[in-house]
Amino acid sequence: MITLRLGYVPLIDAAPLIVAQELGFAAEEGLTLDLVRLGAWAQARDMLGAGLIDGAQMLVPMPVAQALGLGPSLPAMDLVMVLSHGGQAVAVNRDLERRLRDAGHDFAFDDARAAGMALRGVAAGRRLRVGVPFPFSTQSELVRHWLTGCGFPPADLDLITVPPPMMADAVARGDVDAFCVGEPWASFAVERGLAALLLPGIAIWAAPPEKGLVLLRGFAEARPAETGALMRAVWRAGRWLDDPDHRGTAAEILSRPAYLNLPPDLAERGLTGRLTISGRGEMRKVPGFVAFNAGAASFPWKSLAALFAARIADRQGLDRQAAMARAMDHFRTDLYRLHLRPAGAPLPGASQRVEGALAQDRSVAAERGGMILRADAFFDGFSFDPASAN
Amino acid sequence: MSKRLLIVVVEPDPDRAQPIADGLRDTGDHDIRIIAEQSGLARQVADLRPDVVLIDIANPSRDILEELALASGPSERPVAMFVDRSDEGLTRAAIEAGISAYVVDGLRPERLKPVLDAAIARFHIFQQMRAELAATRAALEERKIIDRAKAVLMKARGIDEEAAYALLRKSAMDQGKRLADIAQQLVMAAGLLGR
Repeated sequence: MITLRLGYVPLIDAAPLIVAQELGFAAEEGLTLDLVRLGAWAQARDMLGAGLIDGAQMLVPMPVAQALGLGPSLPAMDLVMVLSHGGQAVAVNRDLERRLRDAGHDFAFDDARAAGMALRGVAAGRRLRVGVPFPFSTQSELVRHWLTGCGFPPADLDLITVPPPMMADAVARGDVDAFCVGEPWASFAVERGLAALLLPGIAIWAAPPEKGLVLLRGFAEARPAETGALMRAVWRAGRWLDDPDHRGTAAEILSRPAYLNLPPDLAERGLTGRLTISGRGEMRKVPGFVAFNAGAASFPWKSLAALFAARIADRQGLDRQAAMARAMDHFRTDLYRLHLRPAGAPLPGASQRVEGALAQDRSVAAERGGMILRADAFFDGFSFDPASAN
Repeated sequence: MSKRLLIVVVEPDPDRAQPIADGLRDTGDHDIRIIAEQSGLARQVADLRPDVVLIDIANPSRDILEELALASGPSERPVAMFVDRSDEGLTRAAIEAGISAYVVDGLRPERLKPVLDAAIARFHIFQQMRAELAATRAALEERKIIDRAKAVLMKARGIDEEAAYALLRKSAMDQGKRLADIAQQLVMAAGLLGR
C-alpha cells in the first residue's frame, strides 16, 4: 500500500475523495488516502505548493488564477480531473426573503431570470453584498454572471469573501445580504433561521464545474503510477456516488466527526437534491443538484480553463489571449486520457469545445463508441468559444 | 534608519497570540497589533495599513485576506500577496510551520526575514503539538479495531492476515460501509458469540 496525503475542505463535494478511501476504491488501486481536513482554500494551495500534501481538492478557478500568476510563487499546479459539478446554492437573508415574497416572488427555485429580476426589484438601487467562498471560485463567477445578466450594474455588486462555515454568521452579523456557497453550508444557514435559498447553482449554469483534483506538475511527472491509481480510484468513487441509491450512505459517511462533523440530515439535502429552502419548511426537489461523474462531468475541458481565465483576466486587467493559453496548459486532458482510459472512462474526441452550448444532455462520438455529455447551458443562453473569444 | 514595521497578528487564541507577539518584539522595535475578532477582518486590516500580516495557515479567515491582497479600488492599498517571491526556502519553511504571511508591496527581504524567522519559530511549536495529537488519535483508534477484526477472522476461518484484510475490505465495499465500521461490528459479534 502506498499512502498519499490529500487535502480537502469540509463540503459535500469532498465526497469523491472520502468515498474513495472509505469504500475501498483507493485500496483496490493499492493506495491509502491520508485525508487532511483544511480550514481555508489558500491553505490547500500553499500546502500543495510546499509539497506537504500530494494532492488537493480545489475550487476549479484556483489553478487558473495560479497559472495567471495571481497567487504566491509556488511550483506549477495542474488540474487533472474535475471532482464535481454544481452543489452550490444562492441564499438571501430574511429581510430580502420577506421583501421578495411581498413583491410576489414564488421561490420556485428553478428560474434564474425570474429570481434575479425579483432580487433586482427589491434591492432597487442599493448595493448588494454577496458572500462567496474565495475570490477565485465558481460561486463568484456564477453570481457575477447571473446578476449582471439580470441587469445589476456591476458597480452595485459587492462580492465579499467569507469562508463557507462562517457564511451563516456573516448573514447573522449583517456583513452580507446574500451569498452563494457549496452545501451543506447554505442549508446550515436555513436551519439556523438566518436565510432562505433562492436558487441552486445549476439554475444559473446547468453544469458549473465546482471542484477539481489538483496535483503538482512535478508529482504527476515523477510518479505516474500513483497519479493514475489516484485518478482511477477517485473516478470510480464518483461513479459510485452518482447512483442515486448511494447518496444517503454517502451523506452518512461524510457527516462523521472525522469529516464534516454535522448531522447527516444536512449533508443529505444537497447530496439527494431535496432541499429545505426556508424557515417555513418548504421543500424543493432538484435532480442533478450535484454531479460527480455522469455525463463526462470529470473531464477537465481546456475550454473551461479558458472561460475562467478570460473572466479573471478581464477583471484583473491581464491580456485575455495570453491568460487563456496559460490556463489551458494546466487542465490536463492528456493525463485524464492516459490514466482513465484503462478504467473505461468515456473519452471525448476533442479536448475543448464551445461551453454553454448544450441545452439538453447529448450523445456524441467518443474515442470508443459513444458517450453522453451533460447539458451545460447558461440561463441567459451565453456561450463561450475559446477559439473565437477575444 | 528605516521606519518601524507595523505587524498584524490575526489569532483568536490569546495564549497563542501573545508568545508570537513577544517573539516578534525581540526582532526589533516594531508596532505589533493582535486582531482576535474575525468579523470585519478585511476592514480592520485595511484600516490599519500594516506592513506585514501573519496568520495561521489553517485559519479560515485567511481566505478573506486573499481578497485583500487583490484589492484594487482607488482607496484600497493592496497588501501585496506574500509568500515571499524572492526566497523559496523561507516560503516553504513558513508553510511547513503553518504560517502564512502577507506583506505590503516593496518591503525589502532583509527587513522581512528576521520577522518571519521569529514567527516561524513560534508557530512551529504549535504546529508540532497539533499534528502529533491528531495523528496519534486517529491512527490508534482505527488500527486497533481493524487488527482485532483481522484476528477474529483468521482464527474463525483459518485464513492468513492478508486474506482476512481482503475479506473485511470486500464486505465494507459490498455493504457501502467503512472498513473500521465493519471491523467494529465483527468484533462486537465475536464478543457476543464468545469467540
